[in-house]
Amino acid sequence: MTTTEQAVEEESWRGVAAEDNEELTNAVGLRLQARSRALLRSLLRPRLGMCLLAFALVVAENIVTLSGPLLVAEAIDVGIPAAIDGRTTVLTWCVAGYLATAIGSGLLRYLFVRVVATVGQDLLLDLRGRVFRHAQGLSLSFHEKYTSGKVISRLTSDLESIEDLLDIGLDGLLTAALSVVGIAILMLTLDLPLALFVLAGFVPLLLVTRWFYRTSNRAYRDTRGGIAKIIVQFVESMNGMRAVQAFRRQERNETIMSGLNGRFRDANQRALVVLAKYTMIVRLVGNLSLAAVLAIGAVRVVNGGLELGVLTAFLLYLRRFYDPLDEVAMFANAYSAANAALEKISGLLEERPDVAEPAEPKPLPAAADGREVRFERVEFRYSADGPVVLPEFDLTIPAGQTVALVGETGAGKSTIAKLVARFYDPTKGDVLLSGVPLRSVADEDLRRSVVMVTQENFLFSGSVADNIGLGRLGASRAEIEAAAEAVGAAEFVEKLPEGYDTDVRKRGGRLSAGQRQLVAFARAFLADPSVLVLDEATASLDVPSERAVQRALETVLADRTALIIAHRLSTVLIADRVLVVDGGRIVEDGSPQSLVDQGSGQFADLHNAWLASLA
Amino acid sequence: MGEEPGHRNTRGSGIASLRRIGPYLRPGRTKIIWSGVTAMLAMVCGLTIPLVMQRILDGPVAHHDTGALPWLVLLVAVLGAAEAGLFYVRRKLIAAPSTSAEAELRADLYHHLQRLPIAFHDRWSSGQLLSRAVSDVSALRRFIAFVGIFFVVNTITLVLGLGVLFVLSPVLGLIALCGALPLIGLSTIYESRYSVLSRRAQDQQGDLATTVEESVLGIRVLKAFGRGPALGKRFLQQARELRGTELAKNKVFAALWAVIIVLPETAIALMLLAGMLSIVHESMTVGTLVAAITVATYLRWPTDSIGWLLAETNQAATACERYWEVRDEPITITDPDEPQPMPSTVTGRVRFEGVRFAFTGDDGDRTEVLRGIDLDLRPGETVALVGATGSGKTTLTALVPRLADVTGGRVSIDGVDVRSVRLADLRAVVATAFEEPVLFSASVRENVALGGEDVTDEQVVEALRVAKAMEFVEKLPWGLDTRIGEQGLSLSGGQRQRLALARAVVGKPAVLVLDDPLSALDVHTEAEVERALRSVLHGVTALVVAHRPSTVQLADRVAMLAEGRIVATGTHSELLAENEDYRHLLSTMDTELAGEVA
Repeated sequence: MTTTEQAVEEESWRGVAAEDNEELTNAVGLRLQARSRALLRSLLRPRLGMCLLAFALVVAENIVTLSGPLLVAEAIDVGIPAAIDGRTTVLTWCVAGYLATAIGSGLLRYLFVRVVATVGQDLLLDLRGRVFRHAQGLSLSFHEKYTSGKVISRLTSDLESIEDLLDIGLDGLLTAALSVVGIAILMLTLDLPLALFVLAGFVPLLLVTRWFYRTSNRAYRDTRGGIAKIIVQFVESMNGMRAVQAFRRQERNETIMSGLNGRFRDANQRALVVLAKYTMIVRLVGNLSLAAVLAIGAVRVVNGGLELGVLTAFLLYLRRFYDPLDEVAMFANAYSAANAALEKISGLLEERPDVAEPAEPKPLPAAADGREVRFERVEFRYSADGPVVLPEFDLTIPAGQTVALVGETGAGKSTIAKLVARFYDPTKGDVLLSGVPLRSVADEDLRRSVVMVTQENFLFSGSVADNIGLGRLGASRAEIEAAAEAVGAAEFVEKLPEGYDTDVRKRGGRLSAGQRQLVAFARAFLADPSVLVLDEATASLDVPSERAVQRALETVLADRTALIIAHRLSTVLIADRVLVVDGGRIVEDGSPQSLVDQGSGQFADLHNAWLASLA
Repeated sequence: MGEEPGHRNTRGSGIASLRRIGPYLRPGRTKIIWSGVTAMLAMVCGLTIPLVMQRILDGPVAHHDTGALPWLVLLVAVLGAAEAGLFYVRRKLIAAPSTSAEAELRADLYHHLQRLPIAFHDRWSSGQLLSRAVSDVSALRRFIAFVGIFFVVNTITLVLGLGVLFVLSPVLGLIALCGALPLIGLSTIYESRYSVLSRRAQDQQGDLATTVEESVLGIRVLKAFGRGPALGKRFLQQARELRGTELAKNKVFAALWAVIIVLPETAIALMLLAGMLSIVHESMTVGTLVAAITVATYLRWPTDSIGWLLAETNQAATACERYWEVRDEPITITDPDEPQPMPSTVTGRVRFEGVRFAFTGDDGDRTEVLRGIDLDLRPGETVALVGATGSGKTTLTALVPRLADVTGGRVSIDGVDVRSVRLADLRAVVATAFEEPVLFSASVRENVALGGEDVTDEQVVEALRVAKAMEFVEKLPWGLDTRIGEQGLSLSGGQRQRLALARAVVGKPAVLVLDDPLSALDVHTEAEVERALRSVLHGVTALVVAHRPSTVQLADRVAMLAEGRIVATGTHSELLAENEDYRHLLSTMDTELAGEVA
């Protein structure tokens, strides 16, 4: 009763989300499996030789290991009687042989483990590189809908589940399967009736194993889901601790956490009990077979139908026959986790970038004072069946011109800016840079020519200098400092405990939003692009910083093309030309002065309202 | 269970710290003890089976007399069934206490963390805390469920088993002992080497995760500058280093495994040799030899597990230390011993009297940010707080809801020191909005109501209206029920901030503290939110941190913070006219340019 209440409770506070795609139809499930199998094949193909070597090693090891009890049987049945007669050769050979199998199997196991690990690690490295490069290559539209958290887990926890399988599961299963088969064959050749008896006990065990595999799969999936929810709840509480404390969310949080914690505990208990049942049954069948073999074997030895040594060998084999089954438990968990991970990873790898690198890039002509940006019959929508964001339009920005985009939130200003930086491709028409369509410009050339600075000012771990230096690979320290000086960032940087070498800490946590923005500006300045796009880039600066940036802009913008989105008119007024955007259309176009002089129109109204606010 | 023999044998700085999980084991004490007992009994059953086998081989088989056979076989079957049953009972018994202890440990950590001051959370990353709440706590569960018990049981089994071997045949016993001792030594050495490499691999995995995180969160910057390939190179380099460590780890592991196979099998070969020779000389029976070899096989797991169990115990001890390191952090901001009641109707007069505040830095140095703040906010008044970056504005606002405590002076509401009332009462009166709005992965309703259990939908909607957020919430696919945040729908910066504002006004607090919540809003939304706030917050005392003239204009009065003191107060235009520093701080180009354009 209470658990259902909790479940309902949880559903309601969590809210509704679009993709709860955990529940899969059969058809989709099959397609997913086919997709992940194809990925697995492509990973294994280049390592086929090593895989075969590993297989050969494990077969050899099993043969060597399994010959041990045979030698014991031989020693008891042949060696001892011969030794009693004074001939110790057979006995000596048997013992020496046993010793050799011990050393041999140890050595072969060592080699096998090393080979499997090398294959596994190479495969992981390959997969890691592929997923990383792929994620980096995907367009921003993908990253916006796929949330950062999911991409991160594809590259971390999902890859770790695959590593876990390679680590604990795979060689365990291979060894278990091979030794069960090997022992079965040996027993059959040693003594058919006794072997059939043992194998008959194995049949119900296989059924139980199948039951266990399914049940534990479900139980382990619950534990994984449970801990994932705990992690989300925990991390979000810690990251939002200010709000949690200020709004007294602690107790509410504890109720939620204790629900999640309780469900995880129960799932864990279920998994433990399933495992307990399974190991009990395996051990029970094993021990009862032992008793039965003892009974039948003893009677047959007494009646002279069976050698004592063969019975001994049987008894020794029996233990080994049932032991590997314990590994099935670990394998089942690792396998189902890795399988789920592989499905998700193959899904990510299936995504195609909307903005693809050109197959045959065209070079950009040399440019001294900026570049011309031209929109030719451009139309844009975010997805093929989505609404039109920008209806077809033409626009030419001559080289060296500074253009300000003005308009309400959602009018389409940022979209225009992102098209220039080729974060998206237009649905129709082309954006041309110096007459070359952006789709044909190599990414490296494009990034050298066009740089976009947004309000989002992400810093990477490392020093302040590292973060500025990101603007241009191989920039010298003097150039980095000059860039900081130029945008007015030098003042605060020099006050930091270690100046330019100060570690910005995780995600720039050491700097304020305004300071991070100044670093982003310095970075863009250092990149020295011929086209600069600023999307609300001064919004988080305080007034003195903004003043510094504004002054810097006046010189920086002189010899390059610029597209500026700003809601502060002071920034807009430094532009040569203003475009007023409304509902995706350019409704006004002219110099700031000419638009104001018109007396009516959005820009003139905005300007008047602003003048009034200053009074 | 608190005192385990294994612990005394182990050298590790933190083994003693494992005692501190004692209270978490108390509720399940009986079950834990019984689980240990059943493990022991199962071992005894398992060890007895070879002895019965010996009787069968040497009795009925050797003497061709099957009279006693049924009873002996029945005994093997019973012992075997008992062993299997005891296996089940052991696991079933330990399941509840171990998982419950894990849940309790985690819940208590969470409870503690939610009450630690913000200063602590600024110092510790959520990742560090998470690894304590998840991996360390589950290492402790494994210790309780498995490691602790088997440390005892396996040690006893080993002693007992060797004893049985000595009874069967002193020579065979001696050989087994000679095989077991170096194995324990070697596996202990390997395990310690292995755990060093494991730790290195963990660190490298952490670095790799950081690169991944940055590559995804910073994707816009990487794309804008075309730096993806450069970061990709760094990632591959790190991934290669990790591969190297993993392979080194594997090398140790493979060697350990080979030793675990070769040593006991060599011992068995020697036992075979000695046994056969004794059989030839008729000083031993075949049954004894088979029994001895079966016992020796049975002892393999207890022997080679010792090293692993030692490593796990050490790991559990480390986990325990890391856990208590956080639990031992003092909660410095607490309810007073004798709380005063808040006045039944709070007018909202906020006074700062000689307020001082000092940070303690990473290196233990104290830096005083606030050096005697005097400020009086009249009921219903809105005061803007301005000052250069780093002047301590945010710190000052944190003192009102006691997210930090003053180090000198006092802050009072309606004459009552904020430190003399219960935290819950205080925070019901004071609401806050922060510079960076944080959303939780939950419904819109939950994100606005946050802690309040008795907040009605009407109140949530009202608050969303005030913050001009209702218009976009209405358009969300499931309205108030839509899940937002990292695991749900993503919202724009302006939308997030409007939700955070709704959150602040939902309880109709008497005092509002806003840490520049308008900075991420564009001109139109900002103006809308301002208008709404101005009308509804009539009668509410507000302290607003401001960077921009537009925000300052929301206020009745402006207080300027510099050098840790309030250096000037007045209206925006007064200060603009009178104060040179204020002009530098707040007069934009807008004002300078106004004349030129007009």
